[in-house]
Amino acid sequence: MLDQTPKELIKRDGLRINPLKTCQPVGALYAALGVKKCMPHSHGSQGCVSYHRTFLTRHFKEPAIASSSSFTEGASVFGGGANLRSSVKNIFDLYDPDIIAVHTTCLSETIGDDLNSYILEMEIPDDKLVVHCNTPSYVGSHIHGYANMVAGFIKYLADKNAPKNEKLGFFPGFVNPGDLREYKRLLELMGVEFIMLPDQTGVMDSPMTGVYEMFPKGGTTIEEIRALGGVKEALAMGDFASTEPALVLKSKCGVETKVLPLPFGVEGTDKFLMELSRISGNPVPKVLEEERGRLIDLMLDANPYFYAKRCSIFGDPDTVLGILSLALELGMKPIHLITGTPGELFERKAKEILAAYGLEGEGRVKSSGDLFELHQWIKNDGSDLLIGTSYGKQIAKAEDLPFVRAGFPVLDRYGHAYEPLLGYQGGLILAKRIADTIMDRMDRDVLDEDLEVVM
Amino acid sequence: MRQVAIYGKGGIGKSTTTQNLNAGLGEMGKKIMIVGCDPKADSTRLILGGLAQETVLDTLREEGDDIDLDQVMREGFSKIRCVESGGPEPGVGCAGRGIITSIGLLERLGAYTEDLDYVFYDVLGDVVCGGFAMPIREGKAREIYIVCSGEMMALYAANNISKGIRKYANTGGVRLGGLICNSRNVDGEAELVSSVAKELGTQMIYFVPRDNMVQRAEIHKQTVIQFDPESNQAKEYRNLAQKIDDNDMFVIPTPLTQERLENILMEHGIL
Repeated sequence: MLDQTPKELIKRDGLRINPLKTCQPVGALYAALGVKKCMPHSHGSQGCVSYHRTFLTRHFKEPAIASSSSFTEGASVFGGGANLRSSVKNIFDLYDPDIIAVHTTCLSETIGDDLNSYILEMEIPDDKLVVHCNTPSYVGSHIHGYANMVAGFIKYLADKNAPKNEKLGFFPGFVNPGDLREYKRLLELMGVEFIMLPDQTGVMDSPMTGVYEMFPKGGTTIEEIRALGGVKEALAMGDFASTEPALVLKSKCGVETKVLPLPFGVEGTDKFLMELSRISGNPVPKVLEEERGRLIDLMLDANPYFYAKRCSIFGDPDTVLGILSLALELGMKPIHLITGTPGELFERKAKEILAAYGLEGEGRVKSSGDLFELHQWIKNDGSDLLIGTSYGKQIAKAEDLPFVRAGFPVLDRYGHAYEPLLGYQGGLILAKRIADTIMDRMDRDVLDEDLEVVM
Repeated sequence: MRQVAIYGKGGIGKSTTTQNLNAGLGEMGKKIMIVGCDPKADSTRLILGGLAQETVLDTLREEGDDIDLDQVMREGFSKIRCVESGGPEPGVGCAGRGIITSIGLLERLGAYTEDLDYVFYDVLGDVVCGGFAMPIREGKAREIYIVCSGEMMALYAANNISKGIRKYANTGGVRLGGLICNSRNVDGEAELVSSVAKELGTQMIYFVPRDNMVQRAEIHKQTVIQFDPESNQAKEYRNLAQKIDDNDMFVIPTPLTQERLENILMEHGIL
């Protein structure tokens, strides 16, 4: 298993081995699935979108619908305008969504298709909508694709003349439906009325009813997106996934926006709840204080097992930064932090968080990295624990490391999309996963006579 | 079969020169196919007498790739076979991809027959992307002539095209056969073009003088050789055809630095 990974690090400019990111449209597709009665549409050849759908389905274990402009040789030469026009007509005729959310592909980007004018000039039924965003995969990652699609909905739909309302605009970031449900629970407990965009609950975690519905019940409605233009203020969760939509909402509708990190761990959740408290004027209710207390209780109880464990965390930037905070709170010592998504900001933020725990200048931190490099770091430095997506399993096997699955995608285990990692509750779940993994490993490795029933 | 690509700055007279030169080669009894690689599809107008030509890509768009060769190929003056690659309307799609597609299609349709002496590719403007380099990739055209004049921008373009040729020289085996000077009556033009050619490691293969006869023939949708076979300009084009047929100087060009190019222009009193 990965026997050929050399220990010696060589500077690489042009090559990524076992990449730590995927195509922009994967994110755009996920974002579009969080809008009610929306058909995500891929403007490119058929292969692109079948991969992107498969990728999402393998993580969420749910069907991910999407259509394609089905480029041929001719469309590549003459431009994809005609294909898009017939796609839109067919999709409204056959599947009857309320809105089509078009994202581009590398092919349509490279030939320079102008989606703006295509959409302006095409015939769209009166009560239907078509929006778009640009998602070339040779720039950024699926996280950028997600941000671009959310921003695309706002660009087209958020109405700056919408009647003012008392709601909070809320951009949750690239997280699982389980996290979205946790967000909603916290917002409701804090008495904050909100419009969340996008909202994949009820879509990518829709219950088995025995009946297939192309457009399940969940998703942000078009009316809600329009009303985003009149919200009191907006909170954007995650620098990488939510800054862009926040900026667009601010510049288009003049809404004050604030970007927060994903609310992982005690401090992250505290910060989030205090922000909600400021917005609603309500104090944090007892039930949440108790949840916080239980998380801290677990942290203290299991501290001997967390303490000073040297861990390697990889995945999407906002998620890695969140897990990093929790890991530090647990008393662990994160030594490797890596994301495939480009952006210096990741490195800066990670170093700031480390510095706050007295680990200034320690550990290896990298954006635009890959799993090959992470594996090399581990070969050089060793590691007690690996935390990240399913793509870490080969490294875990090769180096015989305890491995905790967290983030996107988890392709080889079930139920992950249902479980929150955010908030105090999510912290409890993630801390428990980490403790279980570490302690299972101790049980595996210990001599028979030292095997403890009580730990 | 000699496969020849003609490049040069936009508007320099590539299509006019190519067709007149081909008329000359045709008169010599050569069997020729011209492949127009320009979305404007005007590379074969003079040979075909202005016949509206259905382009390869139009046909592809309307009928798919199940088409016959005679739908896209017409014979014109001197039995020269003419094909226009065509392409998207301005500002849309990807003309470069169009050239790749259409040359691929011509190969599949069997347009490149054994009896051909020459295939000429008339390529628009500069080698702006991979698609426009298609005629010189993968060992297709092995000979290139650059049409230029003594004007500065034409020589800039010639130098830039030489960089493209150099890039494909090792993989595609393409060589530069020379510069064709299509005169604009610039001072010291022949000397200037000759010395740039020399620096590029090649030759000015022919100096085509400026003559209104060319425009008169064009208005009549004919090459000069067809329009007025006895004229002096017809003779010039016959000479050019002979020079190209006899040419045995094929080089990998050595593109000039910007500074050197400007110095040469200065020496010849242009800058």
